[in-house]
Amino acid sequence: MADKRILIVEDSPTMRQLIAYSLKRLSGVSIVEAGDGVEALKKMATETVDLILTDINMPIMDGLKLVSLVRGDARLRNIPIAIITTEGAAEDRERALALGANDYIVKPIQSGRVLAVARELLGIS
Amino acid sequence: MSSEEEKGLTSRADEFLQMFKKGAEFTQELMKENERLRYRILQLEGELQGNDITVAMAEENRLLAARIEELEQEKEEILRRIRQIETENNDFATRYVEIEEENNNLANLYIASYQLHSTLDFREVLQIITEIIINLIGAEEFAVMLLDEKTGFLGAVAAEGIALEELQKVRLGEGLIGTIASTGENFFAEDPEGYVRDLLSPMVCIPLKIKDHVIGVIVIYKLLLQKRSFAPVDFELFTLLAGHAATAIFSAKIYADSERRLSTMQGFINLLTR
Ligand SMILES: [Mg+2]
Repeated sequence: MADKRILIVEDSPTMRQLIAYSLKRLSGVSIVEAGDGVEALKKMATETVDLILTDINMPIMDGLKLVSLVRGDARLRNIPIAIITTEGAAEDRERALALGANDYIVKPIQSGRVLAVARELLGIS
Repeated sequence: MSSEEEKGLTSRADEFLQMFKKGAEFTQELMKENERLRYRILQLEGELQGNDITVAMAEENRLLAARIEELEQEKEEILRRIRQIETENNDFATRYVEIEEENNNLANLYIASYQLHSTLDFREVLQIITEIIINLIGAEEFAVMLLDEKTGFLGAVAAEGIALEELQKVRLGEGLIGTIASTGENFFAEDPEGYVRDLLSPMVCIPLKIKDHVIGVIVIYKLLLQKRSFAPVDFELFTLLAGHAATAIFSAKIYADSERRLSTMQGFINLLTR
């Protein structure tokens, strides 16, 4: 089976490294990184991605905008998306899910939770 | 034959007849007894057969009771083993959760220190400290203040959720922040949930130290909505920040200084060798 590719969209290099570390326990998975929504869309123009993990607060293009663009794109719309954010209010969560995000993780993250969500959205055990 | 003789003969015939009668009666009695005994034999034979069944059943019962007892003991043993395995499983589950948490904490600490020492650019170091406080600790409003050794004042060089200008300079040794900077001891408000924001009296104040030398402080005024209290990893992160953020800031400053001096010298050399 070909590698599953996970795109981490996050402006903080520290968080990108921490999320990538959390996913290290998944075998047969490779990581693609982007610092904002625009960079993420550019990466997805040339690479196939199986899961998007995105922050909300980012410069240039935020995570919510990215979710709506992905859901509106015929080629990308079926890619599962999990939000990883500092925004812990219920209405932020609802808005993200309404836009089409599949899951919502608040920071500070627990690596076990990130791993479980990634497994579930990728359909792997 | 004389009458005397005749008399004797009759009495002997009588006697014989009597004897014969008695013999017949005896025979009859014997036959009856025989029949009675046969019947009794049959009866006893029947009883004997019944007795055999009862004895066999009793033996069977005894064996079954012993087997049941044996099985009961086996069942007890199996139940005991199941309880033991359940306890072991619980222990493993608890241990797994602990190891998961430990793994999570170490990842946080490793990545925080890795990032802090990944650059010698002063602004980048401040940016990384900010990222760690937002993302790893979960604070929303905070600032990094550095001590100006010449003036003895602490001034904010980076802030999140508060405008830099809002943060007044603090004299070393004065107020909560100044005191923490001079004592070098961490400060945590007793009840983070009940804390009311006061810029001079933060919820958390962590001195940035190189050995015992304080170069500044991190002050936290507000945590993220979902962050109710501090976890053990937060205290470790604070300790890490106290040391590693301090050395990263210090190295970046020295590097910037030496770069500036180098370019000044280079300028002179260029001027002289033109
Ligand atoms: Mg961000």
